[in-house]
Amino acid sequence: MEAGGVSARRSRLAVAGARATTEAMLRNQPRGDVIRNAVFAGLLLLAVAIALAGLLALLIQAFAKGSSALSADLITNPPSTAFPDKAGYRPAIIGSLQLMAGVMLFVVPVGIGAALYLEEYADSSRWWNRLIEVNIQNLAAVPSIIYGILGLAFIVRGPLDLGFTLAAGSLTLALLVLPMVIIASREALRAVPSSIRQGSLALGATQWQTIRTQVLPASVPGIATGVILAVSRALGETAPLLLVGATVFVTFDPTPFGADGYSAMPVQIFNYALRPQEEFQALAAAGIIVMLVVLLAMNSFAIWLRNRYEQRW
Amino acid sequence: MLTEQMPKIEVRPEFQSSPASEAKEKVFELKGIDVSYSGVPAVKGISMEIGRNEVTAMIGPSGCGKSTLLRCLNRMNDLIPTAEVEGELLYRGEDLYGPNVDPVQVRKLIGMVFQKPNPFPKSIYDNVAFGPRILGRKDGLDETVEKALRGAALWEEAKDRLGDNAFGLSGGQQQRLCIARCIAVEPDVILMDEPCSALDPISTGKIEDLMIELKEQFSIVIVTHNMQQAARVSDRTAFLMTELDATENTRWGRLVEYDVTEQVFTNPSDKRTEDYVSGKVG
Repeated sequence: MEAGGVSARRSRLAVAGARATTEAMLRNQPRGDVIRNAVFAGLLLLAVAIALAGLLALLIQAFAKGSSALSADLITNPPSTAFPDKAGYRPAIIGSLQLMAGVMLFVVPVGIGAALYLEEYADSSRWWNRLIEVNIQNLAAVPSIIYGILGLAFIVRGPLDLGFTLAAGSLTLALLVLPMVIIASREALRAVPSSIRQGSLALGATQWQTIRTQVLPASVPGIATGVILAVSRALGETAPLLLVGATVFVTFDPTPFGADGYSAMPVQIFNYALRPQEEFQALAAAGIIVMLVVLLAMNSFAIWLRNRYEQRW
Repeated sequence: MLTEQMPKIEVRPEFQSSPASEAKEKVFELKGIDVSYSGVPAVKGISMEIGRNEVTAMIGPSGCGKSTLLRCLNRMNDLIPTAEVEGELLYRGEDLYGPNVDPVQVRKLIGMVFQKPNPFPKSIYDNVAFGPRILGRKDGLDETVEKALRGAALWEEAKDRLGDNAFGLSGGQQQRLCIARCIAVEPDVILMDEPCSALDPISTGKIEDLMIELKEQFSIVIVTHNMQQAARVSDRTAFLMTELDATENTRWGRLVEYDVTEQVFTNPSDKRTEDYVSGKVG
């Protein structure tokens, strides 16, 4: 204290001063910034809340109305206009399952094939390849009713002439979701780094060997996710099906090429919902619950698949 | 295209290899190779011979076209649609760019190891077995894999985990795996594009030792930024340098000096080489 007292006190003072300055710099935020921050965060939260509220309202309403009609009959029994308490969705469910199977059968090879061509083979400096690319993006945004008209003109009648069969409906839905599958598959293929392709080619593999043994296996999770999401979109589509012959009231199990008509879940729900009787309203709500559960399950599975198997490079 | 309108630039005398640098037996003969991308030149007028069972190093500053030149040697440049190779490139006397030459066959004979380790997202075993499998050589696959892994000095570290994903290996191990993958198809030449630039000194040392061992069986061409590495491993060194046109808008790589490695590093005949290897430029 005695000898170096003054200088020690001075350095303590300097240290304290420096610390105070630093603290002040760290602490001192203008009040306005804090408020603006809070307001902005609040607005964003509101946006999320609005989005969720819609889904929540739908679920609550469907459950409130439809829970009374939820029973095994719903799945096993055919529809009936006379006995709403016994009526179900059996033909519609079978119809929807067959439609989905048909969509997958068409969309998987064609969608992946188109994506492979565009990603791996097409020279994007050529104008026609760029034109194809832009058009696929546009096709994904075309309203579904237009695909219905297309299906009616070219698949039900016209060149393919399949008639008002389930196969025609399936093909129409497949065309509708094909752009989605192509876009998702291209995304998945693009995620495979070019170093993998080069590594394979440098070993003397041909381009097709490289695609078959390296690129495709690595992109399967992404492609599968895209296919599931596309099929779940097809499952929920109603408008194009009405045009290509999904008869709203079928009491028998449909077959792919049967000309007697077929139905699908959303079409049947629409039919029940149009009826004035309270019982049919409940039946429609119960159908909505079934569809929502199936769609949520499919989408969750797609997300799980993506997270579980996606390759991290 | 651009250069046609430009005033005539000073043309440097074409490099001539000194008698001492002539290889006993040559795998490659380059005669006036020009490579351009969409008409923009990348390297110009490269003439050199690459010897068999030797390590040939290519050094030079960034952008001088070393990698471009290397990728001509196994026709990897074919994968870039805009790339154009002119001049004559002979591999064991055959024109590598001849009309009847299939680039896929070329790459079976002339393998490549890349700058960044690029193992396939498969097991260690499947990585090495990939080449033999696509070539239809499925007999004695286990022995081939073991031999390749031993050849790449990876067997001891990998033998108990052959089924594990290759991504679990360290960077240096991954690069040795890529070398194993390459030698499993029993090529004649191995091209290495800065194989150690992503590795630590210890892994680098292992790969350098490996190169010296491998040249018993293979001819090796290596592109490197590391001059010490070139000095340590190579028998011959080519020094490339960028050259600008009069307006300094376009530049391309030019071979400045090519000689026995010791000569290039201790007694270079060109001033530019001397400046570069002594660290004055670059």
